[in-house]
Amino acid sequence: MTLAIDRSDPAIAAHAQLYRREMAARRLRTLLGAAIFLACVILAAIGAEVDPARFAQNLWRFPKYIYETLPTLRLSSLGADLAEWYWGLKGWLKLLWQTLLIAYVGTVLGAIGGFLLCFTAAANLGRSSWARWATRRFLEFCRTVPEIVFALIFVIAFGLGPLPGVLAIAIHTMGAMGKLFSEVVENIDMKPVDGLTATGAGWWQTIRFAVVPQVLSNFASYALLRFEINVRGASIMGFVGAGGIGQDLIEAIRKFYFTDVSAILLLIIVTVMLIDFATERLRHTLLSLEHGK
Amino acid sequence: MTLVLSLSDRAALIARHKAAIDGSLKTKLITVAVIGGLVGLFVYGLTTLETSLWKIIAGFGNLGSFVALMLPPDPGSFARAVIFVKALFETIAIAFLGTILAAILAFPLGFLAAKNVVANRVVHFFARRSLDTVRGVDALIWALIWINVVGLGPFAGMLAIMTSDLGAFGKLFSEAIESADRKPVEGVASVGGGKAHEIRFGLIPQVLPVIASQVLYYIESNTRSSTIIGIVGAGGIGLHLAETIRTLEWQQVSFLILLILAAVTAIDFLSNKLRFAIIGKRAV
Repeated sequence: MTLAIDRSDPAIAAHAQLYRREMAARRLRTLLGAAIFLACVILAAIGAEVDPARFAQNLWRFPKYIYETLPTLRLSSLGADLAEWYWGLKGWLKLLWQTLLIAYVGTVLGAIGGFLLCFTAAANLGRSSWARWATRRFLEFCRTVPEIVFALIFVIAFGLGPLPGVLAIAIHTMGAMGKLFSEVVENIDMKPVDGLTATGAGWWQTIRFAVVPQVLSNFASYALLRFEINVRGASIMGFVGAGGIGQDLIEAIRKFYFTDVSAILLLIIVTVMLIDFATERLRHTLLSLEHGK
Repeated sequence: MTLVLSLSDRAALIARHKAAIDGSLKTKLITVAVIGGLVGLFVYGLTTLETSLWKIIAGFGNLGSFVALMLPPDPGSFARAVIFVKALFETIAIAFLGTILAAILAFPLGFLAAKNVVANRVVHFFARRSLDTVRGVDALIWALIWINVVGLGPFAGMLAIMTSDLGAFGKLFSEAIESADRKPVEGVASVGGGKAHEIRFGLIPQVLPVIASQVLYYIESNTRSSTIIGIVGAGGIGLHLAETIRTLEWQQVSFLILLILAAVTAIDFLSNKLRFAIIGKRAV
């Protein structure tokens, strides 16, 4: 017996016909999607004032800019050159430390706020549906408005300095963490909750002894992740006068202190990378702690 | 037999399970130390960050009066409203185009940074580290740099969104490629396909849905970041937002914030629909 297929067999021909028709319909759909997509791109290009000619004309400025920010380092006088490059290291480190503190205090405040609100926002624990709805909308508002907009408003209300930066980060963090926390709470095992309710425990007692032990390690892991994000956020708070190293960075960029730009950027990048690395380690330990149980 | 526990029984029970009730001393000490450290750093932060109770109370007083002044939201005049809506369109265009261009440019980079496509350790290391560096610089900083190259305006903003996403996409794409199933690739190789065939027919069909959903997610999140890119002069609604806040036009500020909220909600909704249409109901 051979495996040869008889193409004139009417059943097979009908199948081939069906296949061709399906493929044609699919191709048409893909083409239609591509056409809509292309129309969107062209519309967006007009909106964003894309100008390839100007781009090509000025592109050489980009490598030139990068090149100009590079310091002159000679092997013969490396120490002195480095010292010249990082002439403001003492002040920058102080501002960097302030940036980290802004991120930390903002994360802690935001985590506390998110923690307090997440139980009301969770579908399985929130008592009244309108309180749940209101809490969810409030959290949504807090995380949709960008933190730098909050910072702009707070700078006017509280005056220049790190305080508005802390509050802006705290509010944004509260919105983001409240949502993540409530999702964690919605996924818990409900049996301990039922058990505590059966013994006559109140709402807060139920949460303290039935919910918190289940969710704490996840909460801590999310808080660490958020801290890492907030360090990046805090590094630009200074752009609007809300404290941290952003102040010196925007000044250096605006006044064309080229080598300062690269020095400060390098400091920020290295700090962010170190914090990425450290929090990732901590998060893995936390999550493995939970799985080990 | 009753279920009532006599006092002596209770005492005996507690004595027998003392270790379980009290918990281990080591865990307790660690918990206290960690909480103490966290609270200590928090208090230290509060004292060094120039926070005083008086300043906070005065600030919240100001904030209250600002909120009162914000109501009702009002663009001022019809002409202003048209300008704001146009700026909003510009914002969305920046986010959309920046993300799409970043995705197109990052696509080959993702393959370059994936361990199972380019097995060279040195290439892998440098590709990953340079992507990390690009990612470590905020979009607002990229905007400031691009303004020096192409001048003020939305074009610089679009390039900034593109650059900062390039790093993120490169990393995400390479991870998607690395976690792809080897079997289709081996299947293509076994019927005589070359390296290009392996990538086209073995890898791309697997990673495309993942990539599409990530791109959609980034369009969403970039709509948020492109609203602020105007603060440094790179186009979009942020310019008007910063300007109205600085000139204390609170009613216009609240109008702009409402406009941004509406746009972000609409884009979230649209991209959710599209995501489900592309990848089906499974969650990514």
